[in-house]
Amino acid sequence: MKKSTMLGLLVLVIRRDLVLAMRRRADVLTTLIFFVMVVSLFPLGVGPELAMLRKMAPGVLWVAALLASMLSLGRLFSADYLDGTLEQMMLAPQSLSMLVLGKMTAHWMVSGLPLVLMAPVLGLQFDMSAQAIGVLIVGLMLGTPILSMVGAIGAALTLGLRGGGVLLSLLVLPLCIPVLIFGTGAVEAVASGLSIASHLSLLGALLLLALVFTPWVTAQALRISME
Amino acid sequence: MLEVSNLACSRGDHRLFSGLNFQLHLGQIMQVQGVNGSGKTSLLRTLCGFLMPDEGDIVWRGKSIRELDEDYYAEMLYLGHLNAIKDELSALENLRISAGLSGVELDDKEAIAALRRMGLRGREMLPTKVLSQGQRRRVALARLLVSDAKLWVLDEPLTALDVGAVALIQELIAEHLARQGMVIFTTHQPLHVAGMEMRTLSLS
Repeated sequence: MKKSTMLGLLVLVIRRDLVLAMRRRADVLTTLIFFVMVVSLFPLGVGPELAMLRKMAPGVLWVAALLASMLSLGRLFSADYLDGTLEQMMLAPQSLSMLVLGKMTAHWMVSGLPLVLMAPVLGLQFDMSAQAIGVLIVGLMLGTPILSMVGAIGAALTLGLRGGGVLLSLLVLPLCIPVLIFGTGAVEAVASGLSIASHLSLLGALLLLALVFTPWVTAQALRISME
Repeated sequence: MLEVSNLACSRGDHRLFSGLNFQLHLGQIMQVQGVNGSGKTSLLRTLCGFLMPDEGDIVWRGKSIRELDEDYYAEMLYLGHLNAIKDELSALENLRISAGLSGVELDDKEAIAALRRMGLRGREMLPTKVLSQGQRRRVALARLLVSDAKLWVLDEPLTALDVGAVALIQELIAEHLARQGMVIFTTHQPLHVAGMEMRTLSLS
């Protein structure tokens, strides 16, 4: 028997959540399929005019990613809450924020990362240039973790509420507006030949800010929800 | 070690108990008694820090548990009504993870030995969703075997257990007390620990 360290506990939580996600693959796939469907519906509905598709591509992809990430947020803590694992996490001899960070990371790897990897294929549907797709990927890579982290606060606050899913979206979506603005802004900037540095560095700054504050805020919200 | 002074707790507008005082020292065991709804579980959850008491303080080794936080949690183990096991995971994975969360890293051999002692021989690799209610409870209780916590807080540990398992839990509690551990628990079934004075706390 060994004492576990803080890092060991973080790895344990991430690994556990990934194993659970692999055993419940349907949950992971629904997010991804939703994303692909919503994005693919736009060219069908709007028509095949390439100039217009190119113009709306970043917005559509980002909004779809935002909505898709809302789908899986409800499950972030609810299963652990219902079967009592969350109680045990609160009694862990390490900071709850650390465990929460582990859960956020696993959530992003399961629901955010697949969207990022899928985005280039979907970008082709909109006739996006290779350069624009590159910027889109970088933006999503920086932005989707923020969605997971900010979303976790909402998930913690609405834990155990009936109809919490809708309330969760109402709480979290407004907070994600800056991510949407800078994410789409970067792609539009590269399309019109402007510098992307400001947009991406702002996204990076948001990511760092979220990384520092959201685990702690989520941990506090979980404590309130457990009372 | 554990001192509770002037503790008051309420759920909603209903005052469950107030002015509660007790102390628990090394090697002591205490049963919390009371009818349904008298606040037994709330008391135990307050001891875990899940519920904020209205008044009073809980002191561990001379310091309030609010201050100690993680240092206190490293020395206590809580088993509630919920088993905290995942249906998708095997008994072995469940035990290793729940031990890991409480700060103890187990290897497969140690975990299997603990599960076998809990009477789960041959079930170690099965997903817990195919186990019976009593067997799942045994998986959860296997944490008692691998924990080095001083204070055990057990909420109805005997539910869904058969006679053999109840005897085993009594044996584990006796061993824990002999190691100078402390136990505070609730139960509606008789639980006898050989050679130990059982203190009781009645909530009304």
